[in-house]
Amino acid sequence: MDSTDIVRRPWDETASAGVSETKTLALDGVITLASGRSLEGVQVAYETWGDLDRDGSNAVLVCHALSGDSHLAGLRPGEDPETAQPGWWDVMVGPGKAVDTDHFFVVCCNVLGGCSGTTGPSSVDPETGKPWGLHFPMVTIEDMVDVQARLLQALGVHRLLAVVGGSMGGMQALAWAKRYPDRVGSVVADATTWRLGPQAIAFNEVGRRAILEDPSFAGGDYYDAESQPESGLSIARMIGHITYLSDESMHKKFGRRLQASADYAYDFVSEFQVESYLAYQGARFVERFDANTYLYMTKAMDYFDLQGDAPSLAESLRGVSARFLVLSFSSDWLFSTARSRELVAALREIGAEVTFAEIPSAYGHDAFLLEPEAQHKLIAPFLANGLRRVSSAGEVQ
Amino acid sequence: MTPRELLRADQRFIADLVPQGARVLDLGCGDGALLARLREERGAIVRGVEIDLDNIARCVERDVPVYQGDLDEGLADVPTDRFDVVILSQTLQVVKRPRLVLTEMLRVGRRSVVSFPNFGHWRVRAHLALRGRMPVSDAIPYSWYDTPNIHHTTIADFRDFSADCGAVIEREIAFVGGDGGRPQLVRVGSNLLADEAVFVLRRK
Repeated sequence: MDSTDIVRRPWDETASAGVSETKTLALDGVITLASGRSLEGVQVAYETWGDLDRDGSNAVLVCHALSGDSHLAGLRPGEDPETAQPGWWDVMVGPGKAVDTDHFFVVCCNVLGGCSGTTGPSSVDPETGKPWGLHFPMVTIEDMVDVQARLLQALGVHRLLAVVGGSMGGMQALAWAKRYPDRVGSVVADATTWRLGPQAIAFNEVGRRAILEDPSFAGGDYYDAESQPESGLSIARMIGHITYLSDESMHKKFGRRLQASADYAYDFVSEFQVESYLAYQGARFVERFDANTYLYMTKAMDYFDLQGDAPSLAESLRGVSARFLVLSFSSDWLFSTARSRELVAALREIGAEVTFAEIPSAYGHDAFLLEPEAQHKLIAPFLANGLRRVSSAGEVQ
Repeated sequence: MTPRELLRADQRFIADLVPQGARVLDLGCGDGALLARLREERGAIVRGVEIDLDNIARCVERDVPVYQGDLDEGLADVPTDRFDVVILSQTLQVVKRPRLVLTEMLRVGRRSVVSFPNFGHWRVRAHLALRGRMPVSDAIPYSWYDTPNIHHTTIADFRDFSADCGAVIEREIAFVGGDGGRPQLVRVGSNLLADEAVFVLRRK
């Protein structure tokens, strides 16, 4: 390590991953889903950073969360670096960052059922020539993973050095380790869970109800209509945001402060800063997200249960060979440390190599997007050691 | 190859006690130096438990799997006899519940290795007896008001304590002068003459 490494804070180097273009791959054949239904002609939107080694051993798949997309880091073509918002995990992906694009071939794709280029409920159903809407088959976390596996195969990646994900992305990472044990070397399960508890399912259901009962939702067939289910989707997003924050972070960020005036209006207008924040987040979300996709994503999360039909979680994980880094955040009550410890206990029981740490943070579930330094210090060496092991194994051969 | 890092004297004794290919759990493993050494030299399968996040990051850098946990909460997640060797190196004196920690070690490992500073050492006794002051020494370097050491013990006390916890003492290594130079083994009168000790225990 030289002296410049000591002061360097790679997570602060905005958009250092450079410019990446979203590409689309059409998968051949049929994808059979957990529900028993199948999909043909699935399109996958993806982006890549860095170069794949000759032996294809340095690929890292990063899986996005509920509202994410394939635009993981850096800028899109033509974006102004001064004003553009970089990708959703820009702090963690780029040269010298935890997911180091100088060393890894990094892939991120929009999940099945999404609304950012991959086939989902807003895509056209080839049988009717109209958007799928609620006729789109239900998708599970495992279905998303199967689509990712097909994409990687097409990109020449037969084994992942690592799969990394936060929140719903972490569920995908865990599903990868179990579903494709021979194709995953390392797993970073960040601010995630092996299954949601009733509290999280309850919040998801309230969000779905807000959408389903919006008169403009029209049974999911709103794409050509004049009015869109914006009210329902924005309420769902507002509820989501409350669950991503912590009591402490809300106190710090908003307190009881009023947005515009010094006195109460004695009216039902938006007055408190926290109200304006939620309204703003809701309004911004409907500009970029599809209400049907929100329904499908939250349902996929609710259905996810790594244990499946096995008598115990540990039993369900027998045969998993990856090494794991499991991270939780102290104030994250939605994806709590207690659930992460259950996962880690099961992994230890089967003898897996697992490192677990709870990062202290006041940011709640959002911490995995907002605490780059602590995550960098754990994820960067974890992934680097994964690469070192593969390289030294290659030398031996 | 990176240069071999210096291990503490007690860790060097512990390293010599670990058989080839053993499954080793180090409780309060710190920066993972001992475990990394055991993996390198003994081909050991290593796991650590540590509470401090910076230390955990050091362990990750060394590629040592580590679990963030509080030893005072026990090892409920760990199955019985999962490990060949469980290490508690210079950590017994900082835990709140030494009995829980030792009985859990005996449960999850076939052998337990415990090292600690000996409060029965003559300098410690002299400090208190002659000066009337709380002892501060190389092996016990903290002032009474900011010490993490809340459960000091002597070699004689530890013998009783381990028996009381259902352990058989297999080996006892007492030494002096661990810091820096070559430690000198103390074979006679260890409770008075040794300033550190390493015990190897197993379940009765």
